[in-house]
Amino acid sequence: MKKKTTVLERVYLTLFMILLYTPMVVLMVFSFNSSNSTSVMAGFSLKWYAELFKDGATIAAFRNTVVLAVISAVISTVFGLVSAVGINYTRSRYYKRTLLTTNNIPMMNPDIVTGISMMLLFVFAGTLMHRQGVLGFGTMLIAHVTFQLPYVILNILPRFRAMDGYLTEAAQDLGCTPVQAFFKVTLPQIRPGVIAGAIMAFTLSLDDFVISYFVSGPEFQTLPIRIYSMTKKRVTPDMYALSTIIFLVMLILLIALNVIQNRAENGSLRNREKVAK
Amino acid sequence: MRKYIATGLMALVMVLSSCLFAFAVPSSAPNTANIENEDFYRNNPYRGSTLNVYNWGEYISDGGEGSLDVNKKFEELTGIKVNYTNFDSNEDMYAKLKSGGANYDLVIPSDYMIERLIDEGLLEKLDYSHIPNFKYIDSKYKSLYYDPKDEYTVAYNVGYVALIYNKKLVDETPDSWDILWDEKYEGQILMFNNPRDAFAIAQSLLGQDYNDTDPAQWAAAYDKLLEQKPVVRAYVMDEVYNIMESGAAAMAPYYVGDYFTMAENNDDLAVAFPKEGANIFVDAMCVPTTAKNKGAAELYINFMEEPEVALANAEYIAYATPNTEVLKMDEYTYKGDETLYPDESLFENYQYFHNLPSETQTLMSNYWSDLKVDGSSNRSVYIGLIAFVVAVAGYGIFHFARRKHREKYYD
Repeated sequence: MKKKTTVLERVYLTLFMILLYTPMVVLMVFSFNSSNSTSVMAGFSLKWYAELFKDGATIAAFRNTVVLAVISAVISTVFGLVSAVGINYTRSRYYKRTLLTTNNIPMMNPDIVTGISMMLLFVFAGTLMHRQGVLGFGTMLIAHVTFQLPYVILNILPRFRAMDGYLTEAAQDLGCTPVQAFFKVTLPQIRPGVIAGAIMAFTLSLDDFVISYFVSGPEFQTLPIRIYSMTKKRVTPDMYALSTIIFLVMLILLIALNVIQNRAENGSLRNREKVAK
Repeated sequence: MRKYIATGLMALVMVLSSCLFAFAVPSSAPNTANIENEDFYRNNPYRGSTLNVYNWGEYISDGGEGSLDVNKKFEELTGIKVNYTNFDSNEDMYAKLKSGGANYDLVIPSDYMIERLIDEGLLEKLDYSHIPNFKYIDSKYKSLYYDPKDEYTVAYNVGYVALIYNKKLVDETPDSWDILWDEKYEGQILMFNNPRDAFAIAQSLLGQDYNDTDPAQWAAAYDKLLEQKPVVRAYVMDEVYNIMESGAAAMAPYYVGDYFTMAENNDDLAVAFPKEGANIFVDAMCVPTTAKNKGAAELYINFMEEPEVALANAEYIAYATPNTEVLKMDEYTYKGDETLYPDESLFENYQYFHNLPSETQTLMSNYWSDLKVDGSSNRSVYIGLIAFVVAVAGYGIFHFARRKHREKYYD
């Protein structure tokens, strides 16, 4: 049954979309500005895109950001998957609920508190080991995995609930070892949750500034830190160009992911229908 | 099949990002500056080591817009790897340094922060025999209050606050900060959105010392700022560029170096140096005690004062340079520029910031937040919050009571 959308609904939706996407559109438009102003549109040019690739420090910061995001997302997805399996098979309800609450608290914690406490912890651990200057890639990686983990777990757990638990048991009945059963039966069913968790972890890492700022060291700087420190001078428009590129790449990735997933789901549905016939 | 999708997407990301880097490599800026004594840098004992530099963002010539990529050039010449990271305020830099979690070999803070770092024993004395280019530094910027015997620092950049105004919107040629209080320009005046700089302007008008710790003086400055508030359009920092460029406001106190950025987009802007004076600041290079590679840091400092390199930085940053060689160069865009290098007599009343004791610091920030929220409206915010909480709680209780009430009928 299809309901007709009223004018009011349409106005609401339009307003909503405008509010959501105007900043991105403005940024994109000004990334093509031939002057460096954000108030005067002097003409169309690709100058800032060319500038971007000449700016070694920005490219290095961008590379660092991507490297950190990919590695931390992979690690936290693996850890999160293991933890989610563990939490799911926990028998005691009380214990399970305690685990979930402890999982949720770090998400409510303000970033700045997490950041400062992590910095203190790392420096403290450093002094215990008689090492100076512990802050760097390692500490950033630990921090990023830590704040991503709860989100990954929360993305995977509901998938277990939607899954028929007897399937895994059936697989083991039919001769699978527990490990085989997990990889052949359980994992394929929770895979959408795992992928969603990984993507979320990746994007969280990509745009985290506060925590990164406190735990970063002299050798490794990410893009958000670089942009944030541009206070002596105005933010250069090549940052608009970079943001535009990042936004478009993410958009294409997400659309591709959705299309492929939809197609795959439809495909399996059709297969099942065929089998049923 | 879905397994391959994820792998495929991952590969796509990799390919896209590697494309980005592939593009980046061949198009990097030509590093053609003539460093006279290149051998001095080539034959250094620190080849193969790394140097951690901590500087303000966008505060070095980095290869953008055809400029010299200073760090890359240094790496090429010396074989020392430069790890270059940025901070956004002196206070953040201090926190990072003080925490002891990170070893920086070279930092570039401002004058008052250097005073504090020296006081707390966080800076290492430099060996000036390793920094022959120190001779190029203008004697005006040597032996300043924070480093009276020239033991710890080499000046990097000099900046001052002045009045930036729009010639079309302001009839007279301003010569005093008074104009920022003028009711004629109500709603067209911008003001600093940071306490120290904003107070400094009121203090100049009152003829005070910026570093006075007498609470009565600060109270007077606060009253002065409060008096100005009705005519102020907005308290701004980075937003000043857009507002001034578009001509939406007539005047703003700001750092002279940034005037050039604004003037690129609006020809009507001009600079005035008010007779009451304003803040002048020096950012200088120094080596923290936790440095692991002090020798390379001194080499880097010397490199930064190499005339060609200092020229590139001075062009890029557009702040005044303390390097006298640059001032003599004909290719220097701002050579003899009256805005960047005005007559000495204008600086008579200019003052440096010193590190304020923490009580004065607190006093200032309290006054500042009072000014921003206007004292009384602060209370109304709290009243509003309490009213909101009471309303939510009231609704909750009402809801709960009604459910209880209804449940009685179901039984």
